[in-house]
Amino acid sequence: MIPAIFVFLYLAIVLYIGIFAFRRAKGKEEAEDYFLASRSLGPFVFLFSLFGTNMTAFAILGSSGHAFSNGIVTFGLMASSSGLVIPLSLFFIGTRVWALGKRYGFMTPVQMFRDRWECGHIGTAIFVVQAVLLVPYIIIGIMGGGTTLNAISSGVVPYWFGGAIVAMVVMSYVFFGGMRGTAWVNTFQTVLFLLFGAVALIVIGVGMGGFRNAAQTMASSPALAPLLTRERISPLYFFSYTFIPLSAIAFPHILIFCLTARKMVQFKKTVIFYPLCILAIWLPCVFLGVMANRVTDVPQIKAKQEARRVLATQGKTMAPEARDELREKAASDDIIMLLLQRYAPLWLAGLLGAGIMAAVMASDSQILALSTMFTEDVFAFYGGKRRFGEKVQVQTGRIFIVLITMFAYAVALRAPETIFELAIQYAFSGYAALSPLLVAALFWRGSTKWGALATTIWVAVAVIAVAIFQHLVPAPAPGPATLVWSLGGAEVLTRTPGGTAVFGFMPVVPMVIVSAILMYVVSLLTRKPSETTIAKYFWK
Amino acid sequence: MKRILLIAAVVALYALHQDFWFWRTAHPLVFGFVPIGLFYQACYSVAAALLLWLLVKFAWPSHLERELQGDSPDEEMPR
Repeated sequence: MIPAIFVFLYLAIVLYIGIFAFRRAKGKEEAEDYFLASRSLGPFVFLFSLFGTNMTAFAILGSSGHAFSNGIVTFGLMASSSGLVIPLSLFFIGTRVWALGKRYGFMTPVQMFRDRWECGHIGTAIFVVQAVLLVPYIIIGIMGGGTTLNAISSGVVPYWFGGAIVAMVVMSYVFFGGMRGTAWVNTFQTVLFLLFGAVALIVIGVGMGGFRNAAQTMASSPALAPLLTRERISPLYFFSYTFIPLSAIAFPHILIFCLTARKMVQFKKTVIFYPLCILAIWLPCVFLGVMANRVTDVPQIKAKQEARRVLATQGKTMAPEARDELREKAASDDIIMLLLQRYAPLWLAGLLGAGIMAAVMASDSQILALSTMFTEDVFAFYGGKRRFGEKVQVQTGRIFIVLITMFAYAVALRAPETIFELAIQYAFSGYAALSPLLVAALFWRGSTKWGALATTIWVAVAVIAVAIFQHLVPAPAPGPATLVWSLGGAEVLTRTPGGTAVFGFMPVVPMVIVSAILMYVVSLLTRKPSETTIAKYFWK
Repeated sequence: MKRILLIAAVVALYALHQDFWFWRTAHPLVFGFVPIGLFYQACYSVAAALLLWLLVKFAWPSHLERELQGDSPDEEMPR
């Protein structure tokens, strides 16, 4: 129960930060202050909050769990590629969006698209796709909160109550503090993340008697040695993953965060330190996840390894339901918590548990982004602001925050978590495939609203098609993929144990390429915006 | 020339992510416990930070800032 006390203390601190931010706002009821903190974030808060916003529960729990099952490849797949692509996109796209936001007062990406391409309802279509892809994150955040609080308290806090506490705390500080409160909380959370990685590595390393022996034993074991290499992952799959971080800049909550910097110069430190922050958090978590395979005295870890072994050796002859059951048993998102329970003293496990909670509660900025998008792209656009004023707009945003949190909590109580984990997989690909919209809007004078619409429709159709395909064709056991469609000897479409492959690539690759082609071809064939509008975006 | 060199550096670093030369081996274990593939990717993150530092130093889009200084937007915010 001691770890749970630390977690509750942490929750109290973040709640206080939100309310403190509310007091700091001194009763201002302006939309720009509530949704963008008056575009006033300083360099430290901007770097840490932007980074924290992009780090979800997966950064600590998922990364170590993925590494436990797949080995060191996790770092190359998800961390180092993000460490290059995300800061590059912030450098090239984030700075331009910031400058345009400052110049023309944009508060959401859709506002910019509507202005750039002289469109109204096409912007609404983009809003709908963005919003639908964002909702699963909010739901999974609440689910993760319930599960984590339940695990940290050793079952004393039930799932429904844990989820309710997390939902209430997140909702409260977003409701009161708006962007300022969310940014401050994210900064505090990022500091915890960074401490977490280093402390967990030292504590578990000391507990295991050093890593040298564990690593060398793994390297000499035929069953475990592949986890120290990437031989089980195809190079095309590895390459595909470099497309996923394109999603970061297309996420509305990240792009909206780009608008909060006081000066453009604040992007400088952010882009330089971003890869190092990723390194500081992901490297310890991935390494510990891999090393957990050498832990022999934790029954839960042994059970996961056994389930993985049975799946690999007998999975092919099993019914899909039995395979899914084994996958559930082999699931290892709690591996870092098991290591901490085994090796960390109780008080330290509590402190580190707070770090895990910080990761799980990353849904705050998504909730705020959705509220900003709703009030700006729908409420204000369709006349609400003109009719009722800015104060009512902010109140509408706050009411929306309450409603969306309640909806997410209700869904989190009823639906299985795996559905939303899958939805998030699709969402990453979907947002990555929306990134050509930004590139075209900012760098190509010839882009048009019809190109944007074609890209948006394609993304929606492709995400749904992949979801239906994976639902209809069950995942095979670990090993060779199931061939679904071949053409002239080439494997066009296959169902892999972890998803889908198109010509050996993850679906994100063709999705992004087709998006870019559609934007280009349809724009070439359709009428461009007026010269006056184009001049607003290409003023130098 | 500076622009071409920076573009080449970005493309080269993106390509270097695909380190097929360490694909099937864990050895050498750096410091006795870090598999070489993981060590390479960790160094890659440091290289990414260095590249971004170069971009900030030599290709910072300062024209965007300059335009904003003393700029009083006469455009109404599109809603």
